[in-house]
Amino acid sequence: MVTAATSRLEGLRGGAGFPLVSLVLVACAAGLLVGSLRSATFAQLTVQGLALGAVYGILALALVLVYRATRVINFAQGELAMATTYIAYQLIQWGLSYWEAFVATLAIALVLGTVLELTLIRPVLHRSGIAAVIVTVGLFVLIDGIVNWIWGGDFKSMPSPFGTKIYHVGGVSIARLYVGMFVVVVVSALLVWVLFRFTKLGLGMRAAALRPAEAALVGVRVDWMLAVGWGLAALLGAVAGLMAEPSQFFLQPTLMQPILVYAFAAAVLGGLDSPAGALIGGLAIGVSLNLVVQYVPAISSELQEPFAFAVIIAVLLLKPSGLFGHQEVRRV
Amino acid sequence: MRSRIATVASLLIAAAVLSVLPFVISDYNVSLVARVGVFFIAVLGLDILTGYTGQISIGHGAFMAIGGYTTAVLSRDHDTNLIVTMLIAFAICFVVGLLVGLPALRLSGAYLALVTFALAVSVPLLPLKWSSFLGGRDGVQTSHEVSNLWLYGVAWAASAVLFVLAWLILRGRVGRAFRAVRDSEIAAVASGIELPVYKTLAFGISAAYAGVAGSLFVLANNGFAAPDEFGVVLSLQILIGAAVAGLGSLWGVLAGAAFVGLLPSVSSSVPVIGSTHGQDVVFGAAVILVMLLLPDGFAGLLTRIRRLARA
Amino acid sequence: MTALLELQDVEARYGPVHVLHGISLAVEEGSVVAVLGPNGAGKTTTLRAVSGTVRRAGRIRFAGRPLDRLGPAAVARLGVAHVPEGRGTFSELTVWENLRLGAYTRRGSIQPELERVFTYFPWLSDRRRQQAGTLSGGEQQMLALARAFVLRPRLLLLDEPSLGLAPVLVAELFRIVRELNEKEGLTVLLVEQNAHLALQAAVAGYVLEAGRVVLSGSSDELRADDSVRRSYLGY
Ligand SMILES: Nc1ncnc2c1ncn2[C@@H]1O[C@H](COP(=O)(O)OP(=O)(O)O)[C@@H](O)[C@H]1O
Ligand SMILES: [Mg+2]
Repeated sequence: MVTAATSRLEGLRGGAGFPLVSLVLVACAAGLLVGSLRSATFAQLTVQGLALGAVYGILALALVLVYRATRVINFAQGELAMATTYIAYQLIQWGLSYWEAFVATLAIALVLGTVLELTLIRPVLHRSGIAAVIVTVGLFVLIDGIVNWIWGGDFKSMPSPFGTKIYHVGGVSIARLYVGMFVVVVVSALLVWVLFRFTKLGLGMRAAALRPAEAALVGVRVDWMLAVGWGLAALLGAVAGLMAEPSQFFLQPTLMQPILVYAFAAAVLGGLDSPAGALIGGLAIGVSLNLVVQYVPAISSELQEPFAFAVIIAVLLLKPSGLFGHQEVRRV
Repeated sequence: MRSRIATVASLLIAAAVLSVLPFVISDYNVSLVARVGVFFIAVLGLDILTGYTGQISIGHGAFMAIGGYTTAVLSRDHDTNLIVTMLIAFAICFVVGLLVGLPALRLSGAYLALVTFALAVSVPLLPLKWSSFLGGRDGVQTSHEVSNLWLYGVAWAASAVLFVLAWLILRGRVGRAFRAVRDSEIAAVASGIELPVYKTLAFGISAAYAGVAGSLFVLANNGFAAPDEFGVVLSLQILIGAAVAGLGSLWGVLAGAAFVGLLPSVSSSVPVIGSTHGQDVVFGAAVILVMLLLPDGFAGLLTRIRRLARA
Repeated sequence: MTALLELQDVEARYGPVHVLHGISLAVEEGSVVAVLGPNGAGKTTTLRAVSGTVRRAGRIRFAGRPLDRLGPAAVARLGVAHVPEGRGTFSELTVWENLRLGAYTRRGSIQPELERVFTYFPWLSDRRRQQAGTLSGGEQQMLALARAFVLRPRLLLLDEPSLGLAPVLVAELFRIVRELNEKEGLTVLLVEQNAHLALQAAVAGYVLEAGRVVLSGSSDELRADDSVRRSYLGY
């Protein structure tokens, strides 16, 4: 317990590894910049990688929120995101504009995530972590089945939220789509940060996740807070799904399956309990996948998921707490 | 003593029913029950890992893929005896399982779930990369196909052998060590159990079982191994089977295996949800309901019924 | 006049283990009441039974309302602040956030409450941005008290506040508790190993042993009791 407290504190103060981590990140950013200045292809890949990485990052953020609230990895997070994207598709079919559907979908996702936690996760949570994980696996399959059942497995197309405009900066062409994806994700993440950092609800959610027993003593409705945490995660997942869809140009039920794996890698890379780490991890995975597939002949596009898997293994072996996470105390 | 007799009796009944069954049911049904045998082995393997050591795997489909491709490739290239390929699959998957178990040593439940899931997603993609050897998207075909009856016999014989093997492993020192790992890692270490050894060992054994199941799975699939057959849903199905099974009961594992083995063909004849994806709806809903209503799976249900009957 | 807090035959258990076997006690509004007893007697559990953090049975009434079916959040909302053993500060959060959480159940601005708390704990005001975990043990105990007090509770449950603190700090802490009681009329149910201090601060006390009340009375009566003197006061 003592180690728990001190290592937590170290993590918050930055700990010994922190300067090194920032140094590495700065070096990576500098490398990307230099590369981008020297090669237009490199620059384009980097920009695209950042946009895709933002999507991985926001899904990773959703996973981290759930993990912090309930110590559960939600395997259904990606499928939930996919399902809410289909809901947006349906709303658009019924005549809503893209952005109306976007907002409505986020609201629906918030409610859906909250209700799922209250009805399906909460009852098994006290039993064991494994039980909760199995329920999320069941949800994965269930949601997949329901979406296929309702909408079928064929491609659907949604209107493009950002148009097809392409900016030319120097010799580099940057699709407006990528800028839009990036901005939407960053704004969503910022709003969530503000919610957690500056509102009473956010404080209650943090307290409930950190110390449920003490939070209850000061009058925080802990169960409710954790459920809302799941709701928020579902909302962020919906953002991920809605931003992933235009990057794939089509909507299909498998939309989020590879992205879930990248998001796992991002979350582990950033540290499973670090929201900022999740986003940075997402960007890192997005950019490195793009560059590696292009420049490393041995790793072709089929190996993107195995690459992410390798990242997960490498991080867990070298620095299990990730770049920004707290050391899980598990002295065995 | 009485429970011992009951156990032996139920084993004998199961064996008797299974040996008579193929001669009284249609060839199609023989293939279905053979499929249950395939899943029996996989679910049994996962049951050893999760039920006894409390480690989770969402990646057993990956081991099945490795076992399945082992059989398919050996048969294609060397026309190796299929039974021998199953033994080789067992050995290879045992080693791979140990390797996966090694990082698992340092991981708590959540991370382990994550790693095994990524494994399940990654492994089926490897044939696409090394397509000349592993057949790419078109898959690998064994040199010859087997009859449903052959498959039935081999699948259930393997099930029996592996079941007895599991029983031998789990009843002694190793089984005690596994349970100690599950109940409290710290206490296990304190009582002198070499945790790393047993955690890794459990992973190896479990993966080896999945490997044999994978070999049979390919044979049940007309000797055809392809990436799509080993998608992530397969891993999820095995986990679902284990959840339905509950812990440490022959009947539970049978029920879990029957559930995942038969559901696809049963559900396709059900109206409304009988589409290709209807089974996913049933799978997902069923596992959630089982977790909510039957915390100890089918095995727990049996125990409860028995207790009620006695009272 | 009925008591602010009244326990009648309260039992409590952790899983299968029964810990309280029918506790009855009463705390008058505006008074400080002490609970004494050896380690493991069930003092902490008694407070937890009131705040709803342990499974309990029996009658618990607070300001005339039954508490025995309420969870901890609901009890807190009625104006019961519980400073648990080991302080229960959120060491990952800042001092200000800890105080904000103390007033979690209050609506609207908590500025007046904070100002009031700062008059008792002036140093907290300068440290509001500091991580609570980086405070010293004594400071954390003060913070826990301050946090409980922002709620403006009608009843304060205080569990072993002196544990692990230097004597000067303990004296300071008890001075503040007494001041809160005298100036603000705060009602306190105090669990304390240090019987000397406890009986000084309290008007009445209960002695618990093995989950039962074995003795009760005014502080003076308890101080005069031989068994209390021998077991808890040490003379
Ligand atoms: N969380 C718990 N689980 C099981 N038993 C507990 C728990 N907390 C306390 N106990 C037991 O309950 C009894 C009373 O504990 P407690 O109320 O903490 O005593 P006190 O505060 O008087 O020292 C002790 O025997 C203790 O071992
Ligand atoms: Mg105590």
